[in-house]
Amino acid sequence: MTQTNHIGKGANRVDGPLKVSGTAHYAGEFNVPNLAYGYVVNSPIAKGKVTRVHAEEVLGLPGVLAVYSHENVPHLAWFDRSYKDLLAPGGSPFRPLHTPDITFNQQPVALVVAETFELARYAAALLRVDYEQEPHETNLGTKRTEGYLPGGGKLGYAPPPPPRGNPEKAWKNATHSIEAEYAHGAQHHNPMELFAATVEWLADDKITVYDKTQGVFNVQRYLTGVFGLSKDNCRVVNQFMGGGFGSGLRPQYSVFMATLAALELKRSVRVTLTRQQMFSIGHRPNTLQLLKLGTNPDGSLAALQHHALHETSLFEDYTENVVNWSGMQYKCDNVKLGYQLAQLDVYSPQDMRAPGAATGNVGIEVAMDEMAYAAGLDPLEFRLRNYAERDQNVDKPFSSKKLRECYHEGAAKFGWDKRPLEPRSMRNGHLLTGWGMAGGVWDAMQMPSRASARLTADGRLLVLSGAGENGAGTYTIMTQIAAETLGLPLEAVTFELGDTDQPQAPLQGGSWTAASVGTAVKNACDALGQKLLKLAQKQKDSPLQGADYDEVEFVNGQLRLRRDPDQAVVLRDVLQASGETEVEADSTALPNMLKQNGYSLHSHNAVFAEVQVDEDLGTVRVTRVVNAVAAGRILNRKTARSQVLGGVVWGLGMALMEETIMDHKFGRYVNHNYAEYHIPVNADMPDIDVLFIHEEDDIVNPLGVKGIGEVGMLGVTAAIANAVFHATGKRVRDLPIMLDKLL
Amino acid sequence: MYPFTYSRATDVADAVRDKAGHGASAYLGGGTNLIDLMKYNVEQPAHLVNVAKLPLSKIEDLPDGGLRLGATATNADTAWNEQVKQRYPMLNQAILAGASPQLRNAATNGGNLMQRTRCYYFYDIETPCNKREPGSGCSAIGGYNRIHAILGASEACIATHPSDMCVALAALAPTVRVSGPNGERSIAFEDFHRLPGELPQYDNTLTEGELVLSLDLPEKGFAKNFTYLKLRDRHSYAFALVSVAVGLELDGDTITDARLALGGVAHKPWRDKSAEEMLKGQPATAETFGRVAAHVVANAVGQGSNDFKIELARRAIVRALQQATEGKQQASDAFLNSNP
Ligand SMILES: Cc1cc2nc3c(=O)[nH]c(=O)nc-3n(C[C@H](O)[C@H](O)[C@H](O)COP(=O)(O)OP(=O)(O)OC[C@H]3O[C@@H](n4cnc5c(N)ncnc54)[C@H](O)[C@@H]3O)c2cc1C
Ligand code: SF4
Repeated sequence: MTQTNHIGKGANRVDGPLKVSGTAHYAGEFNVPNLAYGYVVNSPIAKGKVTRVHAEEVLGLPGVLAVYSHENVPHLAWFDRSYKDLLAPGGSPFRPLHTPDITFNQQPVALVVAETFELARYAAALLRVDYEQEPHETNLGTKRTEGYLPGGGKLGYAPPPPPRGNPEKAWKNATHSIEAEYAHGAQHHNPMELFAATVEWLADDKITVYDKTQGVFNVQRYLTGVFGLSKDNCRVVNQFMGGGFGSGLRPQYSVFMATLAALELKRSVRVTLTRQQMFSIGHRPNTLQLLKLGTNPDGSLAALQHHALHETSLFEDYTENVVNWSGMQYKCDNVKLGYQLAQLDVYSPQDMRAPGAATGNVGIEVAMDEMAYAAGLDPLEFRLRNYAERDQNVDKPFSSKKLRECYHEGAAKFGWDKRPLEPRSMRNGHLLTGWGMAGGVWDAMQMPSRASARLTADGRLLVLSGAGENGAGTYTIMTQIAAETLGLPLEAVTFELGDTDQPQAPLQGGSWTAASVGTAVKNACDALGQKLLKLAQKQKDSPLQGADYDEVEFVNGQLRLRRDPDQAVVLRDVLQASGETEVEADSTALPNMLKQNGYSLHSHNAVFAEVQVDEDLGTVRVTRVVNAVAAGRILNRKTARSQVLGGVVWGLGMALMEETIMDHKFGRYVNHNYAEYHIPVNADMPDIDVLFIHEEDDIVNPLGVKGIGEVGMLGVTAAIANAVFHATGKRVRDLPIMLDKLL
Repeated sequence: MYPFTYSRATDVADAVRDKAGHGASAYLGGGTNLIDLMKYNVEQPAHLVNVAKLPLSKIEDLPDGGLRLGATATNADTAWNEQVKQRYPMLNQAILAGASPQLRNAATNGGNLMQRTRCYYFYDIETPCNKREPGSGCSAIGGYNRIHAILGASEACIATHPSDMCVALAALAPTVRVSGPNGERSIAFEDFHRLPGELPQYDNTLTEGELVLSLDLPEKGFAKNFTYLKLRDRHSYAFALVSVAVGLELDGDTITDARLALGGVAHKPWRDKSAEEMLKGQPATAETFGRVAAHVVANAVGQGSNDFKIELARRAIVRALQQATEGKQQASDAFLNSNP
């Protein structure tokens, strides 16, 4: 170990001081000169037409600059593909202000632009819009028989694998069997930071866009497509984000609106959404799941059937992988997985933390609990008996899978062996205690990514990659990787991201940032290292003469021979002696398909939860959670742990309180604010133990990382639901488990 | 939000005069409710009179042995006041069960009394609501009404009063001192808030321009056997689905005096005097509590998504009476007592 070994340590967030001192700027905070403000007007109906926008009535207010609606929106790109962002699913993307047709409630219908935010907001309140209403349908329950298998999916979507064995017969002949339906309503991401875009107008058709997004290149692609700008004239920047959780993966209408107004008015414009409008930009879809499981006499799974139906909009086939996980999670030879969409008059759903998996995980992991009880087995023992050594969906081994260790170490930490099997067997007065567990699985993905690295004569290293950072710790881990690769102290390294002027990086999602951008950063630093070695070798009498790159190492600001560390040169001296003021290198990192092809690449976890339920009043309190995670190499113990803690908060919210309520009469969400859309608060959170199970995997990527943002949420919801059953003997199959369901 | 003018009143007379001098105007306390409603365009006052700095922030002894809570004292200062903590701990508990520390630091006692319902539809100007727009209809009836009333509702409105503090006040029965264009008067707390009837636009019985000056608590504080039990959808920072304030006086096992009020169930803090009468002279037993609880909800009516509240209220009343008898502040399971 040396002072410049950084990977794995719990380095503090390098961007922490900026954030807590208020010097980190968010999209809605760039105060460019001569800024105008836009305020969006949304539809109060779910279906129909805008018949008239009475713009003239507000244009007379001094300071109101413009009203944009379908009536006067300028000519924009015609083809759907121009509006397709990198994560667009099949269908036609929503085009704001494009037609008078209303296809979902809260659809943006107009933008009012004024000299001040207050004036824009006031004029928006006054703006009269006439509508012709048509009957709508927002109730998924009415579409049970109208589901269809989507055609073209989106990035990362895989249709369910074909059935194997004879699942229906095996289920009918099983020794024990269960059949159950699970449901949850829509959920919204609800990051603290509101969506906002500040578009700085620089010259005709030249803008810089400060947008809240998890992918600056995706926004650039969208804006250049829609508005016909060249990439050079459309720089997109996002350096900080107050939470995204997937809501920032696709360009939102805030950035469309601000860009439209800026180009039209030839002036800088900001559009910030309201909290209420944050419920009009995509959500985890309302989903119904049917599970049928059966066991053999020895407790092995005889049959596994998992079918899911979820809502989508009228115009896009939003897809996510809900059921596929079930086919790889447990060993079973008779499996049928089904996945369907149903169109409703709602906005397109959107990826939300562990999209699909969070939903499907509740189905399979609660059903596994029900099955264990039906078979008279301890739920953990039941899972161990059905442990999948291979991914049967694709018939490949896992590149690494330490789920068994997660089970064992998690159970030991929790004290699972003391658990009585019978529900309602732990009581203290009117309080019932219950213990539940569940497991989770998520993809270990790597996307193509680029990065550059530059060492200057003062010994400082600047590393760039246009990645996204929604608060997960990307700045910090990239700094660690770069510093360790070139043997520098963390303080000597600056990592910058979130700018389309930087080397291209993928969307920040899917838990692939550490693997993708991390590998690119490592490669760029290695490329720079090779240049440095060459420079060093140019020196007369260089002790490194003749050495290959793999024979040297960068440690403590020095470049030295591995076999004889005394043969060393100081990096800064190398640069000075060479006469260069800086050395730069860049690199692209691609997944190594050759290496990966024979394997199934996944991260896993096991969660154990304790709840207390007031028998009379139905109130639930989660008192303990142990989350054991096997996600390859952990780059930073502290930020990784925080990711998992956040995952537990999310899982708890999904289990006990989160739901966006649709009033079907209006086809409109009713609890669209922070007071009534409940996310967990500190008082709801238990003690959380996070265990990282050591996993080495050189197949997933050279760094051996699998990503941690989504897997940490999995298992939590189901473990809590299962614990509630253990406490009360009541099986709640529709989330969230609010107190009335336990009365 | 609509434009408005703003002034800061220096004394009570000035405040009343200033407000009367402007048409659509409102007093502004801590602003934690009013400003939200203005942002949602639910309220559109053209003039605000800030009363938060009026000299009404004292909490002081009254000659009759009671305690005066100034209207502009913050909820936090009220809850943590030594006199309140010792003599009216039920009030301390109720205030601390509400909102969050930040909100309680800003919210005033007057504003807390006057805060408006949290009915989803009242907040969303795109939906009909009789309280916001008389005659437009009630969207909550037949809609989503989890947080709505089971007692005393009308065909015009089924909203609830959302305050926790006011539930304890209903049990403690202070008088509300107010001042308006026609001078000063006192209103018994039970007459302050009203049921919706045909006129749901009126939450209370204040007349135009009246300003709340103080809450005058009587001497009796039920400091020994009391409880404030609040049931909600998360453990802090959520409004009550059902809450129960109970104060008892016991002679051995026999109840000699009782107060019982419910929150989250009606358009006003729901004090049930007949239930209090039923409790008096009875043994403090599960049997008595069950009988009284059943009586309180006997005429309760569910609206669909809030049907569960009838049973929940019944059980909560039993629990609250038990806790008060045992001298426990809240549920014995510490978790229901998660605030502050
Ligand atoms: C997210 C959130 C959660 C909350 N949770 C809870 C909770 O769990 N329990 C709970 O009880 N409360 C809760 N509250 C409500 C909070 O208690 C009230 O907003 C607060 O008490 C209002 O006081 P204020 O001084 O800020 O009133 P303001 O917002 O200033 O005013 C409210 C109303 O009172 C009028 N007013 C103010 N002062 C006077 C006066 N002296 N005389 C006459 N009229 C006056 C105003 O004109 C206005 O109509 C919550 C609020 C929020 C925003
Ligand atoms: S319950 Fe009252 S406040 Fe709510 S919609 Fe009906 S009338 Fe309006």
